[in-house]
Amino acid sequence: MECVFGLVGDGFALVAADTSAVHSILVHKSNEDKVMILDSHKLLGASGEAGDRVQFTEYIQKNVHLYEFRNGIPLTTAATANFTRGELALALRKNPYFVNILLAGYDKNIGPSLYYIDYIATLHKVDKGAFGYGSYFTLSMMDRHYKSGMSLEEAIDLVDKCIIEIRSRLVVAPPNFVIKIVDKDGAREYAWRESIKDAGVSAA
Amino acid sequence: MSRRYDSRTTIFSPEGRLYQVEYAMEAIGNAGAAIGILARDGVILVGEKKVTSKLLQTSRSTEKMYKVDDHLACAVAGIMSDANILINTARVQAQRYTFAYQEPMPIEQLVQSLCDTKQGYTQFGGLRPFGVSFLFAGWDKNYGFQLYMSDPSGNYSGWKAAAIGANSQAAQSMLKQDYKDDMAREEAVQLALKVLSKTMDSTSLTSEKLELAEIFLEPCGDVKYEVCKPELLEKLLAKHGVTQATTEST
Repeated sequence: MECVFGLVGDGFALVAADTSAVHSILVHKSNEDKVMILDSHKLLGASGEAGDRVQFTEYIQKNVHLYEFRNGIPLTTAATANFTRGELALALRKNPYFVNILLAGYDKNIGPSLYYIDYIATLHKVDKGAFGYGSYFTLSMMDRHYKSGMSLEEAIDLVDKCIIEIRSRLVVAPPNFVIKIVDKDGAREYAWRESIKDAGVSAA
Repeated sequence: MSRRYDSRTTIFSPEGRLYQVEYAMEAIGNAGAAIGILARDGVILVGEKKVTSKLLQTSRSTEKMYKVDDHLACAVAGIMSDANILINTARVQAQRYTFAYQEPMPIEQLVQSLCDTKQGYTQFGGLRPFGVSFLFAGWDKNYGFQLYMSDPSGNYSGWKAAAIGANSQAAQSMLKQDYKDDMAREEAVQLALKVLSKTMDSTSLTSEKLELAEIFLEPCGDVKYEVCKPELLEKLLAKHGVTQATTEST
């Protein structure tokens, strides 16, 4: 089942997520990217109801783009987090989206930051955060091994520890993960951790 | 001939002019002047109060300067009742932005949103345009201190020093002549007072006829909007030697 987690390191923030698209007990796909590159310096990791997740993250992404086109300056990560929270809060009493979000970003003069936003519109600025069943293990792992100002190598090492823990302890562990990072040079995919490949479609 | 196009606010005349918009600008030419100057460490706004009667009780300390948000203030020239409507929308816009993003609204965005409202009345039928020009002074984290001027047509532009209201052309050309880059706030105030003392009709400047407001950063980094007290303004006028009838030359 779903695992999305992230942390802030020295000069960067990262978000990792499983890549399984499941419905009931069936796995439909194991290369579904759940970490959206929001703009040049922001990552949006999301978990929750699949349809809501795609709809809501795209809605946020398009609004962030629109802001930048209109005003010529990008939104800061903090402003984006507050905007996202506002949209969730607005929907909450009408037609709520079931999406939990980890927003990572890098701002000039501010540095990297990570925001925890859940579907009931809670917003926290955090150093490390996680959503989904995987959070039971990843939060413990990060509590034990996270320290502030980790280098990229140390952070990736911790992410791998978390993934191993999920794979060995979670009954419904997803096979594949994607890791994305954001630093002064922008947001980008960093690595995949795959234990199975999607079977190719055989020719009819 | 031109009368046909006078009464309709949103119809072009055969020469391609919008008379109502031009008349609105004309109305501003009769209002008390206001000058804004961008300094190294802040922005200053100086306004000319038109004293209507000694018996008039004013409820507020300033009648031309309005704080729009913590980091932004404006000076007005034109029809005050029109201005009040626009200032109200500006304040609402600024608060809406902070509500959505938990950050102060960038200055230019606020000016732009207000000018969009003004523009609407030059295009959509039946109502007259706002007879107001503004000087906006503020600070934001993207572009630091800024000064904008807007007119009834909905145009706005950024300036280092700008003047609106009565005799603004003369004031503007004096500012152009005497503006120096990298002035401190105090020098900017001195320049503004000097320009006003020459462009205003009255022969002597007193604190009753003037108001002065400044926007600057406090040592802790917060933006501060401060209106100069009349006693202090009186002292400033004396210090810069513009109280007495302006006989001295530059």
